[in-house]
Amino acid sequence: MAAQRNIRSLASIVALLATFVLAGVPAYASGNSETQASAAGSTGTVKLLNVSYDPTRELYEDINAAFEKYWKDKTGQTVEIEQSHGGSGAQARAVIDGLEADVVTLALAYDIDAIAAHGLISPDWQSRLPDNSTPYTSTIVFLVRAGNPKGIKDWDDLAKPGVSVITPNPKTSGGARWNYLAAWGYALKHDGGDQAQAEAFVRAVYKNVPVLDSGARGSTTTFVQRGIGDVLVAWENEAFLALKEQGAGSFQIVVPSVSILAEPPVAVVDKNVDKHGTRAVAEAYLRFLYTPEAQTIEARNFYRPRLQSVASAFSSQFPKVELLTIDQFGGWAAAQKTHFADGGIFDQIYQVQ
Amino acid sequence: MIEQALRAEPARRSEATDERPVVRGALIVVALLFVAVFLVLPLLVVFGQAFAKGVVFYARAIEEPDSLAAIRLTLVTAFAAVSLNLVFGVLAAWTIAKFRFFGRSVLVTVIDLPFAISPVVSGLVFVLLFGAQGWLGGWLSAHDIRIVFAPPGIVLATVFVTFPFVARELIPVMQALGNEEEEAAIVLGASGLQTFFRVTLPNVKWGLMYGIVICNARAMGEFGAVSVVSGHVRGLTDTIPLQVEILYNGYSFTAAFAMASLLAFLAIATLVVKSLVEWRLSRESKDGN
Repeated sequence: MAAQRNIRSLASIVALLATFVLAGVPAYASGNSETQASAAGSTGTVKLLNVSYDPTRELYEDINAAFEKYWKDKTGQTVEIEQSHGGSGAQARAVIDGLEADVVTLALAYDIDAIAAHGLISPDWQSRLPDNSTPYTSTIVFLVRAGNPKGIKDWDDLAKPGVSVITPNPKTSGGARWNYLAAWGYALKHDGGDQAQAEAFVRAVYKNVPVLDSGARGSTTTFVQRGIGDVLVAWENEAFLALKEQGAGSFQIVVPSVSILAEPPVAVVDKNVDKHGTRAVAEAYLRFLYTPEAQTIEARNFYRPRLQSVASAFSSQFPKVELLTIDQFGGWAAAQKTHFADGGIFDQIYQVQ
Repeated sequence: MIEQALRAEPARRSEATDERPVVRGALIVVALLFVAVFLVLPLLVVFGQAFAKGVVFYARAIEEPDSLAAIRLTLVTAFAAVSLNLVFGVLAAWTIAKFRFFGRSVLVTVIDLPFAISPVVSGLVFVLLFGAQGWLGGWLSAHDIRIVFAPPGIVLATVFVTFPFVARELIPVMQALGNEEEEAAIVLGASGLQTFFRVTLPNVKWGLMYGIVICNARAMGEFGAVSVVSGHVRGLTDTIPLQVEILYNGYSFTAAFAMASLLAFLAIATLVVKSLVEWRLSRESKDGN
């Protein structure tokens, strides 16, 4: 009798709770579609989500402020750009899993290809904007502690025993994949194109890596703040930023004899902009990255500008270095398959340790 | 200190309940030193760093729109997680303490599951369920319902991680109380709900308070599971712990520690409330006897 009563009141509490939860979800959903409806209107505020890779936080803070002003002057519409940053591969995964980015600005083309493979971006995305859809480039350099106590000058110094190398995880970080390929390219160049020797060289470098962070900024923090490692293999822009933030007294940049032309591309996420009604402003945002104003902001944030006039104005900032390109590795699809896919060369290198 | 403690070891064993004053002193010093180094010192560092550039900078760091948004989201998430777990926890504890049924021991084990699972996995589960490529992804997207990479996902992950706290606190209290008072109430004509609100709830209220306080502290501080489902959209899906990481990685150390100090304040407040509740609990059990 008592148990029956108890069960009945239990049931009524469950029902009450279920109503609460079920009432809550659609309420939230309708809240969402409301903001999107207002985003589609041409007079109100329009919101864009830029899902980017790790080191671009400072760059896009500046770019967004400039674009918001540019768009307001041009159309009278207020645009608010939201930012999300993380390892390039992890960010691509989040967009595939439903993070509703209007534009992606990632570390390498393969990560945008991965999103395109899930039907969110048109397969021809890389030809829709100039310069392979990469408004700025960068390269890979070394950041060492002041005075360069380990005497690091080139890639072969990274393979020497007793040198601790900091680089992120190529599985999740775009920058890490550029780092890896630059090392591989150096070895190929010095060993007459012998792939087996290149693999042995890269294996020796990764033997010196005590920790693989998931993104480039995580590795910078490991090296700069936590004081781990003798050399940080980093994006040129990331190395310059660390110098700027930490003062030139504690670190210095070493430019290797050969590096790689890193092209971090940008793309509109077709499926999401069509859903949000934000295609026009999203496309204008990416085209804005090629304007002299934006190119100057990019150069000031230590990204190499594409525009010749801006590039020559900042020519003293960027050291001249022989640059390999991704085409020498057969393009990103081939490089990914050979080196970074499950069971690829990187897995073999890192597992045997 | 450690040497002393080690040397004291055999002595302690031979006279288990009656240590010499030297041994007792050494043990106390070791314990206090440990607490100072591992608990008090980090806390002091957090506050020292947070106020390194003065109170004005501290206030400005917290008034930053993204930081304010993170604080707001953390409060909303904690409120939702605590409310849901309050209801779920009371129901689960009641069911387990008052009834014998098939699968009861399984239920007890399942409630503890979030303790055993890594928070990262807890987050990933929701991405696999509600993500665009997940089981329910297509349906959710067709109805324009966003769960992961939006506040509902953060609430869900937090609820999952903090699920055991309320139930775990209540089960032993309810079991100790037994069914007599409820049965008496029902015999005297009270309805099920009346029995619950007039008899059961007052009996367990301090245990419940304790569970809520702990649940709230964990809900506000959760990093791993929330990080996986967040999407890291600034000013929208970052909670205080995530904002701390973003600020720290963005070379804004003082601001990062200012945000971290908010969590530290919360921890201290939690401790105070917890001690109060514990004090009430012990007094009540004495009264009961």
